Amino acid sequence: MSEALAGGGVALATPAAASISVRGLTKSYGDVEAVRGIDFEVSAGEIFGFLGPNGAGKSTTISMLCTLVKPTGGTATVAGFDVNTQRDSVRRNIGLVFQDTTLDTYLTAEQNMRLHAELYGVERQLVEPRMRQVLEMVGLWERRGSAVATFSGGMKRRLEIARGLLHSPRVLFLDEPTVGLDPQTRSSIWTYIRELKGAEDITIFLTTHYMDEAEYCDRIAIMDKGVIVVLDTPDALKASIGHDRITLQTDDDQAAIAALQERFQIAGQISEETVIFGVPSGELFVPRLFAGLGVPIRSVSVSRPSLDDVFMSYTGTTIRDAEVSASEQHRAATMAFRRSR
Amino acid sequence: MATTTVGEATRPPTGARAPVPAVHVPASSLRGDLRAVKIVWKREMIRFSKDRLRIATSLVQPFLFLFVLGTGLSRLASAGTHGVNLRTFVYPGVLCMAVLFTAMFSAASLVWDREFGFLREMMVAPVRRSSLVLGKCLGGATVASFQGVIVICLAGLVGVPYAPLLIIEVFALQLVLAFTITAFGVMVAARIKQIQSFMAVTQMVMMPMFFLSGAIFPVSGLPQWLTILNRLDPMTYAVDPMRRLVFDHLTISSAARRALDPGVTWWGWHVPTLLEAAVVFAIGAVCLAVAIAEFSARE
Repeated sequence: MSEALAGGGVALATPAAASISVRGLTKSYGDVEAVRGIDFEVSAGEIFGFLGPNGAGKSTTISMLCTLVKPTGGTATVAGFDVNTQRDSVRRNIGLVFQDTTLDTYLTAEQNMRLHAELYGVERQLVEPRMRQVLEMVGLWERRGSAVATFSGGMKRRLEIARGLLHSPRVLFLDEPTVGLDPQTRSSIWTYIRELKGAEDITIFLTTHYMDEAEYCDRIAIMDKGVIVVLDTPDALKASIGHDRITLQTDDDQAAIAALQERFQIAGQISEETVIFGVPSGELFVPRLFAGLGVPIRSVSVSRPSLDDVFMSYTGTTIRDAEVSASEQHRAATMAFRRSR
Repeated sequence: MATTTVGEATRPPTGARAPVPAVHVPASSLRGDLRAVKIVWKREMIRFSKDRLRIATSLVQPFLFLFVLGTGLSRLASAGTHGVNLRTFVYPGVLCMAVLFTAMFSAASLVWDREFGFLREMMVAPVRRSSLVLGKCLGGATVASFQGVIVICLAGLVGVPYAPLLIIEVFALQLVLAFTITAFGVMVAARIKQIQSFMAVTQMVMMPMFFLSGAIFPVSGLPQWLTILNRLDPMTYAVDPMRRLVFDHLTISSAARRALDPGVTWWGWHVPTLLEAAVVFAIGAVCLAVAIAEFSARE
């Protein structure tokens, strides 16, 4: 116990320190460079998302951070511990939810949880209350006595999230937490993840290839072909590609166009009886517009560029196209991998 | 320890209850590893107790050998067995066989664990891989010995007395054999990742091991090639002491004893029972060590 406290104290001394810190991380499988030198930091308490098509290197990165795969080069620390030299310390401080289920479906939910508690050495008197807490969080406490084989895909994923949290990890890794789930279940999983941030003092690192899910993250890194092409908040990313779109309905569209040009040096255009133009940070511009346009405005709407636009602008392809070409490579690689096993 | 203090009053459903104290995952320790061994073992027990079909099906083979082969062949072999029922002769072999197949089946579950992902949950845990492998081997050994107990219960049907000492000795030997076979299976499972291949490989190994072991024939006076193969078969060193234990409790002529229970010899030297058991255990220990090394090296 005292050892654990001492071990934990190293990182606790600086609570604001980065929860994950990565420098020049690479991973090659033979000639294939899955991850080609990435750098980033994740602060404590952040929800950090890795966004990219299948085969971009997201899972390889997460595997290296979880000490499941040895990096070919570079360094990474998780919860203050080096993934290469302090593997066990890293493992004690992280929770993992993989793409594929790692539950024993013959056992009940509770048996799975207890097994995890034993493997992680959770103090005996804490097993019951902590298990109840995390199972209630994901709404599975009532079902704890049922065999996992009877659970739906969404319930299994929720159980895995609860299990990943059982030992109070400082960092929770979620590899594609919603892949293969229907839209409704996906959104409920996200509700749990968002609530988690409020309920637990935890850093969440996740990968996804769903654009809409990246919106839930505090910051996202877009990964493509083994490198991080850009990293920022979803809003900043969208702002970075330029303009929000502002749509106006006015009493006099022609006058509005002229006024925009004269007072804001903005070229607007009329389309279907609305005035449309682009500005950076649209919501900051709207008050100025009302104050300075001089033409009565009947309605205004600001729409942001989507993350699809962002992905497109940084990688030159849509995520769906990237997905198709990557999934073909992935399939070939998987087949080769299966054969070699 | 703000980092690991969880959920105090921040969530309505749990807020009413007293806050759950912080969970700390302790540094690796012997105690932690023993806990891991125990829970992996316990999981095998839970799964076995839920799997009644497996208990039933794994008994089919011993029954076939004991009653069908034993009864059928006795019509031909009565002259050679000095009046001893062939079922009685085969019984020690079947005691070993029951353990052999169940233990290998237990090891196969490791391949399934990999297939269904659960192995990963164990592999990422902050415990020594050796405790996981050991837990698995002990679990497999326990399950297989339980199966062995069922065959022990059949003793009366083949004219073997229910002597308490005999039962204890037979059970102890079964435990050793079960451990060794599970360790062997786990070692194979570390390398072979597909269940079909695993089954093929283990069948290919188990069948010759069973037939060469002397489970269904006495091991003296064999052609030289068969003698050599017999002495190289690890199962021989389980079947031979098993037969000696059983025959010690039978009332048969000394001629029959000499013919049916000649004992294993190395260049004319009779290998003692304890050494035979030690050979079996040593093979198991080596397999276990290799399995641990294999799983520890894996990421």
